[in-house]
Amino acid sequence: MDFSFLQHTLVALLRGLPLTLNLAVLSLVGGGVLALLLNLLRQNRAGSYLARFYVWLFRGTPLLIQIFMIYYGLGSLPAVRESIFWPLLRDPYWCGLIALILNDAAYTSEILRGGLNAVSVQSLEAAKVCGMSRFTTLRRITLPIAIRQALPAYSNEIISMIKSTSLVSTISLMEMTGIADSIVSETFRALEVFLSAAIIYLLLTVLVSKGVALLERRLSPYYAGAR
Amino acid sequence: MTIDWQLLGFGDEGWGGVLLNAATVTVTVSLCAWLLGAILGSLLCWMQIGGSRWQQKLAGGYITLFRGVPELLVIYLFYFGGRQVVAFFGEILDIPGPYDVNGFVAGAIAIGLISGAYQSGVFRGAYYAIPKGTLEAATVTGMGRLMMFRRMIVPQALKTALPGMGNQWQSVIKESALVSVTGLVETMNQISTASNSTQMPFFFYSVGAVIYLIITTCSDFVFRYVEKVAMRGQQRARL
Repeated sequence: MDFSFLQHTLVALLRGLPLTLNLAVLSLVGGGVLALLLNLLRQNRAGSYLARFYVWLFRGTPLLIQIFMIYYGLGSLPAVRESIFWPLLRDPYWCGLIALILNDAAYTSEILRGGLNAVSVQSLEAAKVCGMSRFTTLRRITLPIAIRQALPAYSNEIISMIKSTSLVSTISLMEMTGIADSIVSETFRALEVFLSAAIIYLLLTVLVSKGVALLERRLSPYYAGAR
Repeated sequence: MTIDWQLLGFGDEGWGGVLLNAATVTVTVSLCAWLLGAILGSLLCWMQIGGSRWQQKLAGGYITLFRGVPELLVIYLFYFGGRQVVAFFGEILDIPGPYDVNGFVAGAIAIGLISGAYQSGVFRGAYYAIPKGTLEAATVTGMGRLMMFRRMIVPQALKTALPGMGNQWQSVIKESALVSVTGLVETMNQISTASNSTQMPFFFYSVGAVIYLIITTCSDFVFRYVEKVAMRGQQRARL
């Protein structure tokens, strides 16, 4: 075992960590907002078909194809190249981020839908009787209950998004997997380099799952009674 | 935008034939990986339920490892790392190079190992849903362990496990697109080739998306049908 090489590799890989985290956090935030909008769309019939089509489209195709489509595909259309979005869509960072957001929104909207289904009609009626406006009801009753119900499923989604960020290495973004790939092509020592990268990702995902488990316990105060 | 549909034709000019071939490779890799995942998943599930303490720990560690590491990284590890391992043994055994690892085998094994970690969870949930009385009854009537597995556990657990296995199948199909990085000519790889040589990436990536949608939508129907067959004669809980 060549420890100085391993140390060198780990330091180099950790330089990619900020970009990995940046992509993961921003795609989860953007995807969450879009997922909420998709669920609001579901309130009427036409919107519901639209939302279902969106989910079918983005869950049925591989993320890799979505990334390539936005990066290589959209850039090949003259209409896109002349539009104001071109400075954004020319940049692999924004293309990767947009693909991750769109993909995350499809999965998160389904998780949120499950959570919203768990909100009882009675609690909504009670809110109405108290004279809450629709927005206040959403903010104080519906979303807190829905989010608490959806949290276990959502923790899976957080972890899968952290892992999905590795795919943007295929469009030349130097996050952790991109850096690992470039070190391998310089040194031909795939086993050590990819294993080091795997360990960093593993620590990250374990940390997140522990964190969400803690949050879950904090958000369910009434379970604490069953000691 | 005018689209030249001839591009998708089946003759020498069109890409239809090679794309169909590539789609077949996608389905084959996915099927191998999914079956490997099912076998591995049952073994892991068995280790977690009935194993000794260290077996439980081992299975738990395996599941954490393969769920926590990005799929792309696992594929890279198996393909490039596998090459390194093959070269190492090749030099020891004095087999002349060049050493290479088959992209199909490396990809199917990598995705199968990941899928196994997820499927074990599906199976474990399904096992716990089996009424314990039926297993006691099987023990009382003197069934051996293998017969009990075949005639009591599998038919009962499968009913609960099928939706989860269907989900796994869908994600295996999508993960198979990642195998394109090893040079295996499946749908994603063929689509990239087509878009590069025709300079029409938007069109060809859309075609790729449609191919995956066809595969996932068709298999969804198959799973629903199998589920219906498995659930026949079963009273369903009313919500």
